[in-house]
Order: sequence, then C-alpha cells, then structure tokens
Amino acid sequence: MSSTFDTVANIIAETCDIPRENIKPESHAIDDLGIDSLDFLDIAFAIDKAFGIKLPLEQWTQEVNEGKATTEQYFVLSNLCARIDELKAAKGA
Amino acid sequence: MQIEVFILVDRIRSLSIENGLVQCESAVPVDSSIYLGHFPGHPILPGVLLIESMAQTAGWLILGLTKFERFPFLSIVNEAKMRDFVTPGMQLLLEARLLHEGSGFFKTSNRVLVDGKLKCEAETTFRVMPFPSPVFRENVIAQAGRVGFPGELLPNAG
Repeated sequence: MSSTFDTVANIIAETCDIPRENIKPESHAIDDLGIDSLDFLDIAFAIDKAFGIKLPLEQWTQEVNEGKATTEQYFVLSNLCARIDELKAAKGA
Repeated sequence: MQIEVFILVDRIRSLSIENGLVQCESAVPVDSSIYLGHFPGHPILPGVLLIESMAQTAGWLILGLTKFERFPFLSIVNEAKMRDFVTPGMQLLLEARLLHEGSGFFKTSNRVLVDGKLKCEAETTFRVMPFPSPVFRENVIAQAGRVGFPGELLPNAG
C-alpha cells in the first residue's frame, strides 16, 4: 500500500522534475527542494485530486505571513503528510 | 474580438455554475495590424492570443464561481496545443470547464472550436485574489454586463 509520503513524493518528482531519491520526509519543499509558490499550485492540485481533499494553502500562507506558524510546520514533507492525513481523517469523519 | 484593447471575448453564450462550464463567442477580426507581421500574405491569429482568449473565457467562469468577490489572474498554462490555423473572419466558440477549485486557485480545461472543429486547447491555472481596487471591480462588472454575463449572477456593482 502506498503511503501518504510515497504519493506526495511521487507527485513532487513528476511535477517538478526532481529525482525521486532526493525527496525525503525531512526535506523542506521550499528550502531543500527549491519548489516555488507557482510550482506548489501544480503540486496542490495533484495532492487535492489524489487524496480528495483541499489543502488550505491560503490559510497556511496567512499564518506564516502573520508569524503564527513557520514554513517548516507545513512544508517539511513529513509535516505536510501529517496535515494531509489529518485532512483525510476529517473528511472521513 | 477587440485585439487593440485585448478584449478577446465578444459574448457569453451560456454559463452554468452548477456544471462549472462556460461557452463564449468571439469573431476573429477581418482586418488587424497584427496580420502585417503575422504573417505577410498569410494572416493567422497568433497562438498567444488564442491562449489569452481561452484564459478570458475561463475568467468569466471563475468570476461567476466566486460571485465577483475575487479576481482570477492567469498563472499557469499547461498542455497548450494549437491544432489548426485560426484565420480572419472565423467565428470562435470558446469553452472553459472547471477542473478543480483549490485553496486560492482554480484550474480549468479550455478549448476553441470553429464550426464544431477543434482548433486549440489548453489547461489553465489561476490564482484568485481580492480585487486590486473597487474601481477595478466595478469595471469588470460593467464589462460582464456588456458581454452578456447572466444578469441573475451579476452582483450589484454599487
């Protein structure tokens, strides 16, 4: 069974043409993988479709801009996958 | 199609919020200075204008979906294919279909047909943001009225 991380890593590899072996749970999407906000729209689309959720990108961006959250909380892949799992669980509840 | 002011959609033929689908019409100008360069003796509507016409079509759909509360700015064009020449005088049918509404962005699938024949297609992604100013929004709503945006979906511009 494919894990959330495997699915997300495959999406990033395909969308951004990043070697799959370079994408690790501890990778920061922006700082380590060089993904910019425009690329992240494509990634968010693919994640939304793959998991049947809607990543709250606007809310996350606002929280980061207001200093209420760090980019690490949402864009380190292990944390991103945890958020995705929460959204999946909330959807199924 | 008013190329000189970059208004590339003449009229909204139909718009369904429920189905996430809009159809628009546009007439390719018979005369335009663009043809002097593109191309001498062989006038063709440039592909970039076809992409923009698809984006403007999708824009009307997104404005309907957001109830004119936010404005769509074109951000990504994927899978653009120019399948056939579009020449002066052609009547274009422009279609945009909602593929996905994300958080702060919309993705649509678009195509252009002439007499039922597919001329070009593309997928487009838009960031949606608050209108830059109330005047901007009023102008967009006024233009919506001019292109036949369904009246029941138009907000009160005031």
